[in-house]
Amino acid sequence: MYSASDLKKGLKIEIDGDPCMITNFEFSKPGKGQALYRCKIKNLVTGNQFDKTYRSVEKVKRCSLMSKDFTFSYIDGENYVFSNNETYEEETLGNELLGALKNFIVDDMQVEILFHDDRALDITLPNFVEIEIAETEPGARGDTATNVMKPAKLANGYEINVPIFINEGDTIRIDTRTGTYSDRVSKG
Amino acid sequence: MRRIRKFFQERGFTEIETPIRLKVPCMELHIDAEPSGDHFLRTSPELFHKQLLAAGHEKIFEIGKCFRRGERGPLHHPEYSMLEWYRAKADYLDVLADTKALIQAVAEIHDLGSADWKILTISDAFLKFADWDPVGNYDEDRFDLDLVEKVEPAIERIGGAVVLIDYPIEAAALSRRKPGNPLVAERWELYINGVEIANAYSELTDPSEQRRRFEACAEQRKALGKETYPIDEAFIQALEKMPASGGVALGVDRLLMLVSGADSLDAVLPFR
Repeated sequence: MYSASDLKKGLKIEIDGDPCMITNFEFSKPGKGQALYRCKIKNLVTGNQFDKTYRSVEKVKRCSLMSKDFTFSYIDGENYVFSNNETYEEETLGNELLGALKNFIVDDMQVEILFHDDRALDITLPNFVEIEIAETEPGARGDTATNVMKPAKLANGYEINVPIFINEGDTIRIDTRTGTYSDRVSKG
Repeated sequence: MRRIRKFFQERGFTEIETPIRLKVPCMELHIDAEPSGDHFLRTSPELFHKQLLAAGHEKIFEIGKCFRRGERGPLHHPEYSMLEWYRAKADYLDVLADTKALIQAVAEIHDLGSADWKILTISDAFLKFADWDPVGNYDEDRFDLDLVEKVEPAIERIGGAVVLIDYPIEAAALSRRKPGNPLVAERWELYINGVEIANAYSELTDPSEQRRRFEACAEQRKALGKETYPIDEAFIQALEKMPASGGVALGVDRLLMLVSGADSLDAVLPFR
């Protein structure tokens, strides 16, 4: 347990069973009154933000978050299945948690999954992933300008803007944090 | 600082210096003193000032460092400068007039204090912003929480100088009961642009009432697992001879912060 005076910005705590993070913190002591700790808190499961004020006598539950290493295994309908690098246990993640990241998951990809107890909260992919371009209009020959973009499709149907010199069969590097083209790895 | 001293000197106040290390700090429920050897650092010069009033001084002021353990935030620092002044044969409204004049004198060139001063009783402020009246119906946790979450933000929105006045008797600290209304204490707090700047009382001069309050406070501190301080007998004795007085404690660092337009003590305390 934390006591209220241990609270600070960035600290992760548990409220009603949910992991939460303190996003803003202010010490307050009105007049002759007691010390109060005013917090803005984000629920890490739902993303909801709310205000909560703690009195100095209150205790706050610690939140144990743990990151574990997984390898992408296979797709099961809408879900993506990963296997734990140490225990080989499988963890299935759906659209809700993956969001747009699912477009950048490739065979045998190494990922980190963040858990609160046994509940998966978040996934971190490698910053860059190399993927082959499945479909794009041919670009003008010799044009190596990187500031003129055109649409392209990956094998999974995801559309991404690439420079016009990129051709079908080229392998490009994508920044998974922004979902944008980074550079060309090899020609097809 | 120069303006503050000039203000009081022109009005016939005597500048005094009282001890910083004390055998017995003033006991208040939520103020903790910093130990210093076998003494404590003062949390306020209040008890000495009152002894000087009892000895016949009528207008006194002091600017000095005070120390409060564990208080740190944008508006708190464990070592801070306090301006404290007392006027004998006066009450909390007389020293409110002093405060108005002082803020105007100090902030004259900084376009602060020119706004109208708004006076709100605690009853009115809580009824308006928190839907209940703590006077006669006091609940400490609810009072503190609503003050911070509802009333103070409303005061900040009002802006300018706002005075909360006539506190529930349970939150009287060292102030006297309002004649004719035993549920209310003659205490006010000044907020400027939402920042609490000063606290004032019509001082309690009844030694037995003061002793009862210290004893009750010690019980409450014990219940909270806090250290208790012995009762300062010299102070209790002095109360016998102390005339009716009004006194104000004002946070100098916070005033400087407001005058300079900063929103945190970081801007005025370089070594924090």
